Amino acid sequence: MPQHGDSDSRSAVDILIASDRVPANARPDLLTEDDIWAILEEVKDPEVPAVSVVELGIVRAVRWDGKELSIDLTPTYSGCPATELIEELITEALRAAGFRDPKINQVLTPAWTTDWITAEGKEKLREFGIAPPEGSSSKMSLLGEPEVIACPRCGSKDTERVSEFGSTACKALYRCKECLEPFDYFKCI
Amino acid sequence: MTQAEALQEYLLRLADSDMILGQRLCELCGKAPAVEEEMALMNVALDLVGQARNWYEYAADLIDDGRDADKLAFRRDAHNYRNLLLTEQPNEDYAVTMGRQFFFDVWHYFTLKGLTASSDERIAGIAAKALKEATYHLRRSSEWVKRLGDGTEESHQRMQDAVDILWRFTGELITPDDTDRVMAEAGIGPDPDQLAKDWRGMVNEVLTQATLTPGAEDAWMYMGGKHGEHTEHLGFILAEMQFLQRAYPDATTW
Repeated sequence: MPQHGDSDSRSAVDILIASDRVPANARPDLLTEDDIWAILEEVKDPEVPAVSVVELGIVRAVRWDGKELSIDLTPTYSGCPATELIEELITEALRAAGFRDPKINQVLTPAWTTDWITAEGKEKLREFGIAPPEGSSSKMSLLGEPEVIACPRCGSKDTERVSEFGSTACKALYRCKECLEPFDYFKCI
Repeated sequence: MTQAEALQEYLLRLADSDMILGQRLCELCGKAPAVEEEMALMNVALDLVGQARNWYEYAADLIDDGRDADKLAFRRDAHNYRNLLLTEQPNEDYAVTMGRQFFFDVWHYFTLKGLTASSDERIAGIAAKALKEATYHLRRSSEWVKRLGDGTEESHQRMQDAVDILWRFTGELITPDDTDRVMAEAGIGPDPDQLAKDWRGMVNEVLTQATLTPGAEDAWMYMGGKHGEHTEHLGFILAEMQFLQRAYPDATTW
């Protein structure tokens, strides 16, 4: 079960110290917004290290005018405990690229939806063993039957929901009745 | 009551109800009946505490007396808390835990749904986020009410007992006061009549499916949580929740 720290065994203190390091010879003024998106592509979600924060769709905007860099970031869930760590990881990556004082803004509107996970991100989730969100968030029914979710390991659609919530708030727990493996499903919201 | 006063009051009610129910659920950490239930309960609690933070942050900006979200949560005493009485009721058995969650979730779902159309953009934004989470909470708690109510003889009896125990605290959810009315008239809060109608409709639908009998609509109801008059349980919750912040004010190293 992926947890905080699987991909990065350093403590928050190590990250904070590292994030103070800005290379002396860095020339962020030569970088474009596209370059910054490429840097963010390398920042992985600490809870699902298979996907980057860009693939997850939580980076909503990048603004760089050559002097000030500001990033709009949206949380997946109101209480997502990874939000602050993700901010630190992004800050660290940007400092390493020479940005001394990147501003990260938390934005709640529009609310994050699993529709923003890129097609590539969904495929990476599946390879990682997490069933990606099925269909569009607009289809979610309130009291209806649970959706048909394919097992990320064997592909069988003969699966059952064990719990509405899995190892994190963004996932539900399922079991495949074909290969008998339990798996996480990234809920559609 | 001015609109500005009502807004602060209203935000604290939303925040405090989320916070106290989240704290209540956390008491079950390590004690849930099954590991899947443990994860689910803690995830619901996490959602609620996260939502509470969003409401507290907005309230803190409006109150503007130097207190931040943490201080509002951890440095106010029971008579200043504005949570619904339902949210502070003890966990008891799992029927009561899920019954309390269900009655709250129905209220939460329709309240948040109304707030997504709020004329206050910040409220609408927080609500849109929270609504997605509350939808899952409601789906889960309503399934439990049905499973227990329409289950064995014992589970049915316990679920019916839970409905009977908790019913007296539900009137507060759908009985508007001045604050609720000022908010509705300003287009900030949901229409109280619609909220009451929606709450009753869904509660009756699910309880019927669960072969359970709801309490009487004109039953005597405990009210007062929204005004700081609480049952004896809240003080004990706060004593545990606020201990560290009270013992070590402004502690920055844990």
